[in-house]
Amino acid sequence: MSEFFQTFLNLEVMAESAGLLARGLLVTVEACLIVIPGGLFFGAGLALAQTLAPRCVTGILSWGVDLVRAFPPLVLLVLIVHGLPFVGIELPPLLGVGIALTINTSTYYGEILRAGVLSIEPTQWEAARATGLGTAATLRHVILPQGVRNVLPDLAGNTLEAVKLTSLASVVALPDLLRMARVAQGVHFNPSPLILAALLYLAVLWPLVRLIRRLGGRAVLPA
Amino acid sequence: MRIFFDPEVFAAAWPGIRSGVGVTLGLALASIAAGVALGLVLATLRALIRGAPLRPVGGLIAAYADVFRALPPLVLIVVLYFAAPFAGIELSGFMAAFVALGLVLGASAEEIFWAGITSVNRGQWEAALSTGLSRGAAFRRVVLPQAVRLTIPPLTNRAIATGKNTALASVVAVPEVLNQAASIQAQTASPAPLLLAAGVYVALFLPLVRAGRWLETRFPTC
Repeated sequence: MSEFFQTFLNLEVMAESAGLLARGLLVTVEACLIVIPGGLFFGAGLALAQTLAPRCVTGILSWGVDLVRAFPPLVLLVLIVHGLPFVGIELPPLLGVGIALTINTSTYYGEILRAGVLSIEPTQWEAARATGLGTAATLRHVILPQGVRNVLPDLAGNTLEAVKLTSLASVVALPDLLRMARVAQGVHFNPSPLILAALLYLAVLWPLVRLIRRLGGRAVLPA
Repeated sequence: MRIFFDPEVFAAAWPGIRSGVGVTLGLALASIAAGVALGLVLATLRALIRGAPLRPVGGLIAAYADVFRALPPLVLIVVLYFAAPFAGIELSGFMAAFVALGLVLGASAEEIFWAGITSVNRGQWEAALSTGLSRGAAFRRVVLPQAVRLTIPPLTNRAIATGKNTALASVVAVPEVLNQAASIQAQTASPAPLLLAAGVYVALFLPLVRAGRWLETRFPTC
């Protein structure tokens, strides 16, 4: 048993790699700060376009959304980070990761927000318009506040997925938490940093999972 | 544009990528089968256990579903692949990815089946038991068939997500589509293999994503 601890939960190794992992965690947080607000912003745009645009446009949008979803996120990420330099566009890694993951996650935020808007009875629209509010004001003051509340658990669920998604950044050499854990593992020739990184993810995300359940979130989100 | 769609590179890359498709499909089908089976077994256990000594088992199953929803699949794959050898377990990249993806899907499948089972009206249990069926028979013949119908749309979506997550196996050197494309890209110094791989993924998953969307709007869900 003590051998097990020596190997997988070696406190000395964990303490020595704490600095590296903390730097990695910071990069993961940075990536989240790009991907989550970015995904929400473009997702909201997508949702509005799909509710307000004429039918032919929404049909094209829905195919576009599904096209993005057909790509495994890692493929999209590799395509943007390793493909764009061939046309002379060299993005800093964090920006490349931010763009790729924002494209991916905004399609999910978009569908969730659209479901939220659609969950509001048409009579709410009519009543708001009858009081003299314009389309934009109706959306802002009447539809969105109620619609967003209806899909809050799903929004939280997709935010969880977005945070998990940032671990892909390690593949394109962004020094995030997972990447730094691999580096520390190589330095110490001991897997404890990897276990510590997994525990850090759990420490942050398990409470989020519990919160989503408390909100009454659906078990799983669409693919 | 030509460097992206170079026909010569496409032709050179195709045999490798085609063999990658086989690996991607094999890994996807194995992980999906294992994950759905695991989820069904755990949800059934959770539904059938009663009484004091077995109570905690239900809590353990719920905790498993939570933990594997919280952990990023790539973290699991990396931990299994790089940490297991220190315990004397040499997992191939394929096995590490299979175990990780199976466990992740197992957790969501358990949640989905559990949600389906709990959404079947209590009266169905009572009626089945009152006709003289045992608990096991009532579950298998009355409750489960009704629950499974509700689980089809979300389960399909999770299975598609698992199929897409097989791309993560490229990180642990499994020669699936993305891994093949990346190594051919390195040899040819051309982005064309990546584009070919992207096309393959779209061909594989776009019909499935559309089908998943159709199922969601067509079938009741739990």
